[in-house]
Amino acid sequence: MGMPITVDIVDTKATESIFDEVFSYFEYIDNTFSTYKDQSEISRINRQELKLMDASEDMRTIFALAEDTRLRTDGFFDIQYDGRYDPSGIVKGWAIFNAAELIKQEGFENFNVEAGGDIQAYGVNAQGQKWRVGIRNPFNMDEIVKVVAISNCGIATSGTYIRGQHIYNPNNRDEIITNVLSLTVIGPDIYEADRFATAAFAMGRNGITFIENLQGFEGYMIDRNKMATYTTGLERYTLHD
Amino acid sequence: MSKSQPQPSFNLNLAVNKFFLSAFVVIAFIAYAIHQRLTNSNFTADASSSTTAGQTDSQQQTSASGLNTVSQSGSSTAYKNGTYTGPQIDAYYGMVQVEAIVQNGKIANVQFLEYPNDRRTSQRINSIAMPYLQQEAIQAQSANVDIISGATLTSQGFIMSLQSALSSAKN
Repeated sequence: MGMPITVDIVDTKATESIFDEVFSYFEYIDNTFSTYKDQSEISRINRQELKLMDASEDMRTIFALAEDTRLRTDGFFDIQYDGRYDPSGIVKGWAIFNAAELIKQEGFENFNVEAGGDIQAYGVNAQGQKWRVGIRNPFNMDEIVKVVAISNCGIATSGTYIRGQHIYNPNNRDEIITNVLSLTVIGPDIYEADRFATAAFAMGRNGITFIENLQGFEGYMIDRNKMATYTTGLERYTLHD
Repeated sequence: MSKSQPQPSFNLNLAVNKFFLSAFVVIAFIAYAIHQRLTNSNFTADASSSTTAGQTDSQQQTSASGLNTVSQSGSSTAYKNGTYTGPQIDAYYGMVQVEAIVQNGKIANVQFLEYPNDRRTSQRINSIAMPYLQQEAIQAQSANVDIISGATLTSQGFIMSLQSALSSAKN
């Protein structure tokens, strides 16, 4: 898989087998949905070797969820681009959520699953507290700039960490890369947080407003001026030095 | 007790004053314009002379930590002029590829040839009235955390592609 995945289970009865199960699941997800694998189901769909109606249940589910997200976000979320489908912006959160479900079904209550900076967390950490999540500083990857404490919900960060005055989109040289470097969304679960973080990031500075207006979600946006803008309900998650 | 001056001479003084004032403004403006032209050309001359002095520390036009690393190790050797293309790096959400342009021995520009989110940048963002949301300057936190959330993937691809591009550029 192109990104690191960590699974942290506090409950002492955890054995090797649940980790194997989770990592096998992510391998299956990659083999199905990765546009960089020639033989993945999504690649075959993109080459028109496979029709969506003949595709697997998971594929059809993802397309349905993507369409729902597209409608809810006024088209700012769209897996189709240039006649190709790339559902990675929704698959990641959905897959993490499903992996967490696998762990829950085995009876575990205190754990988190993290993939590429997106997290689903349940229960408490080894110290008996809500899970402490640090939001990475887009300007310095060794630093965190915000700490939130979460339990039984999901947190996702969309971003580029690309800045500098002279970096352009080569397809549109008049356009300077976005003002927003990072947008973190806390939602009822990681599937929801991820899909709306992806959509909201595409909205630029209006993304944080979109999250503010979305019932049950909070957000923290960091812009190129090192200023953070956050939603009115974020305080209930935050911890400060 | 004061006597008012005869009307004709009073008017003449005022007219003369107005003339000199207008003339002054016009002359001052011309002088300013000439001064600006002179100082601008002086500035250009200074800039070009400093680049030909052969400084080797590259200008930082991006903030990627990988670029900092590369420039520190290369600070004792200049880069060869030219355009260098880095390899395509899989950043999961797409491929990242950068091109570095070296001029006068320094990195003059870094551009993306491929960038995962480019499909979004052509979106027209609806202008929505922004309600007042609180802001804060970001500050490093020293608290211990269990997990970190952040977008790391594209930036790693950027760093890897750029480092590779610049390794071909070194003398």
